[in-house]
Amino acid sequence: MLARLAGRSDQEVMTYMTIPSTISGGPSIFQVRIGSGEVLSAGDEADFLVAFYQHSYEDHIGFLKEGGVLLYDSDQVQPDLGDKRFVYVGVAITGLTVEALGGTAKDKGKNIFVLGLIAEIFHLDAEKLKDLIRERFGGKNESIVNTALMAFQAGYSYPVGGLLTTRYAFEVRQETAGRDQVTMDGNQALAYGLIAAGVRYGAGYPITPWSTIMEILRSELPKYGGLFVQAEDELAAVSLALGFSYSGYLAVTGSAGPGISLKTEAIGWASMAEIPLLVVNVQRGGPSTGLPTNVEQSDLSQAIFGSHGDSPRVVLAAATVEDCFYIALEAARIARKYSTPVFILSDSSLATRIEAFDEPDLTSIMRDPHPDLSPRSNGYKPYPLEGITQHAPPGTRMTEGKYPVVTGLEHDEMGHPTGHPSLHMAMTAKRRRKLQQLAAEIPLPEVYGDAEGTTLLVGWGSTFGPIREAVDRARERQKGVSSLHLRHLHPLPNGLENVFARFNQIVVVEMNDQGLYGYGQLATILRARFCDPKIRSLTKTDGLTFRVKEILQGILP
Amino acid sequence: MSATENNVSTIAPQPEKLTKKAITADHPTWCPGCGDFAVLAAFYKTLEKRQLPHESIVTLAGIGCSSRFPYFVNSHGAHFIHGRAVPLASGVSLARPDLHVFLFGGDGDGFSIGGNHLDHGARKNIRMTYVIMDNFVYGLTKKQTSPTSPIGYRSKTDPTGAMDQPVNPIKKLLAGGATFIGRTHATQINHMIQMIERAMDHDGFSVIECLSECVEFYPGAFDPANPRKGGEFKLIDEKKWDGTPEDELRHDVTDELAAYRLASQPFPGVFGVFFESDRPTKNAFERKLVETTRAKLGAPSDLELLQGTFNRMK
Repeated sequence: MLARLAGRSDQEVMTYMTIPSTISGGPSIFQVRIGSGEVLSAGDEADFLVAFYQHSYEDHIGFLKEGGVLLYDSDQVQPDLGDKRFVYVGVAITGLTVEALGGTAKDKGKNIFVLGLIAEIFHLDAEKLKDLIRERFGGKNESIVNTALMAFQAGYSYPVGGLLTTRYAFEVRQETAGRDQVTMDGNQALAYGLIAAGVRYGAGYPITPWSTIMEILRSELPKYGGLFVQAEDELAAVSLALGFSYSGYLAVTGSAGPGISLKTEAIGWASMAEIPLLVVNVQRGGPSTGLPTNVEQSDLSQAIFGSHGDSPRVVLAAATVEDCFYIALEAARIARKYSTPVFILSDSSLATRIEAFDEPDLTSIMRDPHPDLSPRSNGYKPYPLEGITQHAPPGTRMTEGKYPVVTGLEHDEMGHPTGHPSLHMAMTAKRRRKLQQLAAEIPLPEVYGDAEGTTLLVGWGSTFGPIREAVDRARERQKGVSSLHLRHLHPLPNGLENVFARFNQIVVVEMNDQGLYGYGQLATILRARFCDPKIRSLTKTDGLTFRVKEILQGILP
Repeated sequence: MSATENNVSTIAPQPEKLTKKAITADHPTWCPGCGDFAVLAAFYKTLEKRQLPHESIVTLAGIGCSSRFPYFVNSHGAHFIHGRAVPLASGVSLARPDLHVFLFGGDGDGFSIGGNHLDHGARKNIRMTYVIMDNFVYGLTKKQTSPTSPIGYRSKTDPTGAMDQPVNPIKKLLAGGATFIGRTHATQINHMIQMIERAMDHDGFSVIECLSECVEFYPGAFDPANPRKGGEFKLIDEKKWDGTPEDELRHDVTDELAAYRLASQPFPGVFGVFFESDRPTKNAFERKLVETTRAKLGAPSDLELLQGTFNRMK
């Protein structure tokens, strides 16, 4: 609700959440960073920490900056008041909440009580927050809304001010651009991006952190006349999606790493048969079952190379929650134009993080999902050697009377199977050339900071924010540091060598292992592509997002 | 848009008569004498008899000798990967109610690597017609044991004889929930046509197990059911519901337990329709979900819908 309030107040916001990977629950944290200026990452240190329990205090007090405020439930938490680095505000949150709600609600409603306290401390707009409470609980019965409002009011009117010497307030910013802000998490942005892109069919299998995308699509797509199938397994999910795509409706499947591993054979078929397909990988940590609820960027190599044979495919990665929406549009555009599988890489931090961003201009974005079933004539070939495959979906009348078969066997231009050496060479080149053509059309990303200098930080995916913030901080200290963010990872845009040439060192920042030879997954690809010894690697594998200071420590001598 | 509103009404009906020549494509790559030639011939005859235009059907397959089928039929088709043809076909079937989906494959593709998909396609009752050419052996990879190879069959992977209990296809399909289950024999062309026609007229997941001899690696496997080789082609005697005393003894195709009993007969067993049920399809359920959801919302445009969602996120 704080995030949504910030969105409505045109403030920048970013949240960070951890959830335990067990159903019975366990410690979880929810972090909100709100700013009047640009907010790029969830922040390295907290100004204000709320502790409901002793363990949450103990685990996170180290995250509070010196001079920061600890607001704690004095019924539950006994902080070390001797530690003079922090300001302590003890409020009997449990007792006061029970009292406010008439003692029937046990200890539910404490979070809403604290929301009231925070609203008072930070001078937030209480009326807007009450509206949000009404919206959040309004679907349930009236007494729940009233209980929530009572809890909020009790927190809001508590004389907490007397305990605090500092006062907090956000600058009130003048209304910026004409567009309203929308507030959502990365999986929501991705799901709605797919809908805007004209995706009406899909199939998946439950896995964290991808599941919420399929849940959204399962309930949303029927509204648009489409459908999403929960398949019996990952292999069936990708096969169903290919059935949808083959029948003329660009479809999506998705998973996290373990499920993508299972889908790889069918994705190879999509490369070979040249069927458009969107594959979402919301990355989590580690190989095998790994770290189901942590973050890592260790599936890049799999996305690019994870199939037998030479099987070109496109790989894109979303930078922010907002970009989760736009990357879906770009992926769908490429899949249709080049008749190819396209990977969209997200990760568990983007999936659950809530951000506010300018509402997209849907009128200019929405795409018609219908297949082109107009009759095909004049020497139609499903696999023309000179040209990009554009399939005629089943149901299309072929006026010359020859109907095409799409296939995973090597084939000639008409789709007939052949193992002829010259045809395999020509067809392999055809499938490769279309992605080379795509590479030429991708705009070169802009360098953030100066166009030349000592260090260029190169990132992909959700490290976008921390890297930019690291550039800002480094530049405060006169370091010649800039950054470059890649959304298109395979193929890479043309011309990167000219950008790299203007820096003394290129540091590729990514959340994966340094590998056997000392380079992370993107760094390995860039070194292979450019043979440039200036390309270095900064990696980490603690399952957490990059902190700005970790990047600074990695690049400063 | 909705799954029921495809742009196919604009396709002009084909005035010319559909001939065998028009539905024939590449010459089959099968070995001379392969049972699959007869299945293909029966399929051509069915299309010709029913005058199904090219645009109204799609032929799909996984991997295996019989899965080459789509190349030999002049219709839109796809040759997919091993074992996953049922979910591929499910996608086409669910998105394109204007098409009749025909799926072809073998025993390895359907009962082994694709066995789980067979169960779930059956359970979900997705509308398609699936012809499984069962030859009791892996032919394309040259004589390995298949999931339907009988105990004692000597293959390259079981040189002393197969030891694993074979799959009983009819029982597997019954347990999975298939709503039309037929069984036929590649030497009985009229019976095959009859089975294909009944299967395609069935609104649901319709499967035909067709015993189709691999002359190369399992010659004579199905002679016990081939009258010309001294066997007996024993047909299922279906109930006529005529009230006569002899009808009491006939098979009720809606009786699942009776179907299990029929499927328990020793090899070569009986042929015909084992089971048929009018349980609603997933196609119908999904179509209803779309219709009721959209009716509740007042049939908004795609833009209005998404804009409405974003307005709630402000």
